Amino acid sequence: MNVSGNSPARKLVYWGSHYLMIGAFVVFALFPLYWLLKVSVTPNDILYTEGVRMWPSRTTWENYFFVLTQSNFPHYFLNSVIVAGTTAIVTTMVAAVTGYSFSRFAFRGKMIIVALMLITQMFPLVMLIAPIFKILAPLGLTDSLTGLIIVYTAFNVPFATFLMQSFFDGIPKDLEEAAMIDGNTRFQAFRRIILPLTLPGVAATLGFVFTAAWSELLFALMLVSSESASTFPVGLLSFVSKFSVDFGQMMAAGVLALIPACAFFLLIQRYLVQGLTAGAVKG
Amino acid sequence: MASIEISNAVKSYGAVDVLHGIDLDIQDGEFIVLVGPSGCGKSTLLRMIAGLEDITSGAISIGGTVVNELQPKDRDIAMVFQSYALYPHMSVAENMSYALTLRKTAKEKIADAITNVAEILGLTALLERRPKALSGGQRQRVAMGRAIVRKPQAFLFDEPLSNLDARLREQMRTEIRKLHRRLGATSVYVTHDQIEAMTMADRIVAMHDGIIQQVGSPVEIYDRPANIFVASFIGSPAMNFLKGAYEIAQNDTTGIRLTDGSFVPVLPARGATANQTVTLGARPEHIALVPDGNGGIPARVELIEPMGLSTLVHVSLAGNPVKIFTLDRPDFAVDSFIHIAFDMEKVHVFDTQTELRLPPESEPHMARTA
Ligand SMILES: Nc1ncnc2c1ncn2[C@@H]1O[C@H](COP(=O)(O)OP(=O)(O)O)[C@@H](O)[C@H]1O
Ligand SMILES: [Mg+2]
Repeated sequence: MNVSGNSPARKLVYWGSHYLMIGAFVVFALFPLYWLLKVSVTPNDILYTEGVRMWPSRTTWENYFFVLTQSNFPHYFLNSVIVAGTTAIVTTMVAAVTGYSFSRFAFRGKMIIVALMLITQMFPLVMLIAPIFKILAPLGLTDSLTGLIIVYTAFNVPFATFLMQSFFDGIPKDLEEAAMIDGNTRFQAFRRIILPLTLPGVAATLGFVFTAAWSELLFALMLVSSESASTFPVGLLSFVSKFSVDFGQMMAAGVLALIPACAFFLLIQRYLVQGLTAGAVKG
Repeated sequence: MASIEISNAVKSYGAVDVLHGIDLDIQDGEFIVLVGPSGCGKSTLLRMIAGLEDITSGAISIGGTVVNELQPKDRDIAMVFQSYALYPHMSVAENMSYALTLRKTAKEKIADAITNVAEILGLTALLERRPKALSGGQRQRVAMGRAIVRKPQAFLFDEPLSNLDARLREQMRTEIRKLHRRLGATSVYVTHDQIEAMTMADRIVAMHDGIIQQVGSPVEIYDRPANIFVASFIGSPAMNFLKGAYEIAQNDTTGIRLTDGSFVPVLPARGATANQTVTLGARPEHIALVPDGNGGIPARVELIEPMGLSTLVHVSLAGNPVKIFTLDRPDFAVDSFIHIAFDMEKVHVFDTQTELRLPPESEPHMARTA
């Protein structure tokens, strides 16, 4: 491609504006995160007195220290890890097998199931809180992590299924047929040939579901009342008291909460990039 | 190695019948080529033998055992796919040894088998590579190797050469034939390319619209096609067809009166009646150019196609395009009139209605049709 012509000056302008735009976007996207970090290290006494500054004159770790040692935050954090982790794994496993069958088999009622799954994605979640509470309460699943996991899994399976299906669609079915002729059952062929090739898809699905469950607030707030089963987004609200908002501690908790999500994406990014670009090329 | 018997096999997708009662006996060690235009059901039949498609009705047996209900893995057959279907996350060696590993073959035995097959196919230097680092021809070889190492009851090929360029295809054709001679394994080979069918087959199975049209050796199929479909599908350049009426003249000579009134003598055709509407079938090499015009039928030259060894002369006869194959170098011009003559012993008479060939009365009863 030779959009910019041949002169070095035009090339400079072309690439200069290219990077300028990317830079502007990155700044725009990351600024709130920067602010989160900045406030989290700002000592309480100068938070309001210094006015709007890009970086405080003094920094401190005391917000982090407080959050980690004096608050319930570590407990919320652990709850969130359990809920988001389990939801991601269970959802992805279910989505993998469902997506595979959608991709490979023609069966009676397939279109109905697909339609139903699409319909579930159309309702605002708020509408469903009351009925779900009514269903879970007698089962003893309100105020419990298990209940949250079930609800999150149910809500994420449809999208995750379609996501996985699109990845399976990209893998020729000749491959598992060859494996079946080579001596595999269909399930073995799925596990030993198809699944390894779908790892990028699995990673993308895991990442997507994990983030969704990690930051979910509505159900976590409505279905759980006790401290012991609260997840971290709910826990964040505990920094808001009747009379004040403890921004420093809240932000410190926020920064800490980013760590597992970042770690998770770091772990899967190799597959993720592969998967996203593969999808991009195929169009 | 084993024989394969297919009896009255039917395949339907919902209300659509794709295969209508296929009967076929494949001998132990035979190289069978299923040939026919795209969509005629060749792959479906092959996949039914492999166990990748259910059999709607009828039976398929391999080595005397009915396999209708057996999973592909229990049929002990190997298949080479058009796409090669190599496992992308495995090396060439792993691809080829996969089936043996699943059968829990001893490690040393697997290593021996791989070394041996890699040598036969010239893959020794590539064993550690991933499929994506191979050329099309090399991938094709790996796919062959993966089938061969297993020493299966039968080999199934689904258009294995159609993704290769012409030269490589020609080379692989001979190689597959040589391999077959060496291994002697029962093989079913699917192709839409009639040249592959002619050059490779012990017996050709010509298919059309889910029905077997004819089964026979390449020469049988070429020289005595059962019907117009087989006659037109096999052979390149294709056979010429001219409509006309069957005539029995006073002196008992028989022939076909073409629509422009010209008369083409033919051998008496079995079952043909006077004035019956028939189709004359003549291969390009069975029409001669008559230089002095003596006794020939006049035809206008439309195109002269030099092919190196030979020349293909396109003429127009009774409003029909006719191709003539000649080893001479023609010296006439386009649009000039020439005279041509049909080789009476070699041309075919087809019933226009049923499209079946009406063999000469002198030919022994043997044409096997579906
Ligand atoms: N899963 C399917 N559902 C419906 N029709 C099919 C299916 N698979 C193949 N067919 C039809 O069966 C016919 C034969 O297909 P195929 O065996 O692939 O042909 P060939 O290999 O001779 O080109 C085609 O008309 C095709 O449309
Ligand atoms: Mg086919």
